[in-house]
Amino acid sequence: MTVNDTLRSQVGHSAMQRGRWRWPELVFWLLAASCVFLFPNRYLILTEIAWLALFALSLDLILGYAGIVSLGHAAFFGFGGYAAGLLALHHIVDEPVLALLVAGFAAMALGFVTSFLVMRGSDLTRLMVTLGIALLLRELANKFSNITGGSDGLQGIEMAPILGLYSFDIFGKVGFIYCLCVLFVMFLLARRIVNSPFGLSLRAIRNNPLRASAIGIPVDRRLIAIYTVAAFFAGVAGALSTQTTALASLDGFAFDRSADLMLVLIIGGTGYLYGGLIGAVIFKLLQELFSTLTPQYWQFWIGLVLVVIVLVGRERMHRWALYLPNLVMRRFGAKAPIMLPEGDAP
Amino acid sequence: MTLLTILFDGVAYGMLLFVLACGLAVTMGLMNFVNLAHGAFAMAGGYVCAILVNRSGLPFFAALPIAFLVSAALGALLERTLYRHLYARSHLDQVLFTIGLVFMSVTACDYFMGSSQTFIHLPDYLQGQIDIFGLGVGRYRLMIIVICGLLTVALQLILSKTRFGSRLRAAVDDPRAASGLGINVPQVFALTFAFGCGLAGFGGALGAEILGLDPYFPLKFMIYFLIVVTVGGSSSITGPFLASLLLGIGDVAGKYYVPKLGAFVIYTMMIVILIWRPNGLFGRANAR
Repeated sequence: MTVNDTLRSQVGHSAMQRGRWRWPELVFWLLAASCVFLFPNRYLILTEIAWLALFALSLDLILGYAGIVSLGHAAFFGFGGYAAGLLALHHIVDEPVLALLVAGFAAMALGFVTSFLVMRGSDLTRLMVTLGIALLLRELANKFSNITGGSDGLQGIEMAPILGLYSFDIFGKVGFIYCLCVLFVMFLLARRIVNSPFGLSLRAIRNNPLRASAIGIPVDRRLIAIYTVAAFFAGVAGALSTQTTALASLDGFAFDRSADLMLVLIIGGTGYLYGGLIGAVIFKLLQELFSTLTPQYWQFWIGLVLVVIVLVGRERMHRWALYLPNLVMRRFGAKAPIMLPEGDAP
Repeated sequence: MTLLTILFDGVAYGMLLFVLACGLAVTMGLMNFVNLAHGAFAMAGGYVCAILVNRSGLPFFAALPIAFLVSAALGALLERTLYRHLYARSHLDQVLFTIGLVFMSVTACDYFMGSSQTFIHLPDYLQGQIDIFGLGVGRYRLMIIVICGLLTVALQLILSKTRFGSRLRAAVDDPRAASGLGINVPQVFALTFAFGCGLAGFGGALGAEILGLDPYFPLKFMIYFLIVVTVGGSSSITGPFLASLLLGIGDVAGKYYVPKLGAFVIYTMMIVILIWRPNGLFGRANAR
């Protein structure tokens, strides 16, 4: 008993140590918040970055922390998106925040059910099953067009004011602030999760499932739990995208979306939460740049970026993300590295 | 449409899928490399054939082997320059890399060939139907069944009877022991990879009529190739072959009887099979 108790308190202590806020993180969020004033003409792309970042955060939870490779994460994004769209379209839940939660929980339920399918087999089987589920949902959304609008998607979605106070304006300012707040809250939640003993056990599973189960971690249950939680995050991201663009379409389920998401996370780096956020910013900027250069063929350059990143080595790629803060820290005489990505997904 | 016609079309479709996917069965099942870009080689073969037949007026049957050779050369080139660096990397790296290749091939093809569907001008004697025991049989599909059937037998013979086949099987089962016996494992893998790409290109040329040929080919059929390989398992080529037939017949029957569900049938089949047998229908219990 006592040994167990000491252990538990030690784990808790170590988790608390990891959970402390560091100043670069504060700078990051202050910068994010100041975008509201800095770029008043770019609210649309900023909003997209915000929900993309949330979506990437969700993938990071399962890929970066638990080592589950998924090719069909768009399943939850699309599901959440359609859920939010249908709720608003039929005036079931008009208030955006509440609709967000409902859509998130709907995606979460889907995540829980499908997590049992994903737990079986090797990486390859996992890839196939996740991809299959996303395609299956896309096919369903396409065929049951009386509910989902088929290939046209759900159109004409009108949202009530947020919390009954702030209505969406045509410049997208309210939408962006709304997305940023949701992202921040969800980030805090994710941060709490990964720095808890539960989060530590996930890392143990990622690094060596066999060893993790040998020291008494219920591997399957933990994976199911995190998969379900990640589905909630992705569902909320999908709902946000629907609410801010007033559109839910089949694209939400597409393979491209899952693949792009992988790229977002890989650019930013896996396994340290900020990877998804930084990746989302860079990805959107790259996409913007490429699509102004070559409107029709931007995907070529995105593909090239992906190939180069893999050939150069992913772990080398996100070292740059640490380089700057480390440089500043060294200048001020501190030793400890900050926001260190903790290893890679297998 | 009778049951027999569905069966016939399904078998033709399935055999075509087998020729397209068997190269992937080798790279993914045997070499343990997740190559999502396999469809790009098939598309390359299809476009080579289309250009040769439509623009240069080459006979269809002369263009087919050229499609094979060009895709195989492309495969060999990419294997030597890019793929071989990734054999030892994680599945995630391989997935990302090959998705990148897919995106690049799709847009490059769009750039050079346009985004609309391309058709290959077939010779007259391949069009229309012939009557066999009162059953109307499409000539083109009959030709596919004959060619693909012969190819399958040839592949099985190469794998089981030739020196190269035994080297490949040895290299796959235990690369270290095989190289200890003097087998040049990287070379065997490179040749196999190129041959698989060539077959994909051949299948792409042959299948353009039935599957359609446009820049999104690699994305559209990626899932089908993957299903063939994962469902078929990797212990032999019989597994993928039977999986292809099952998939072909299932898809054609599904599209005929429950058109509302479309591809839904195939995805459900795949998920159910993978849950039931995570290593594939015919896979070894402890496959890597």
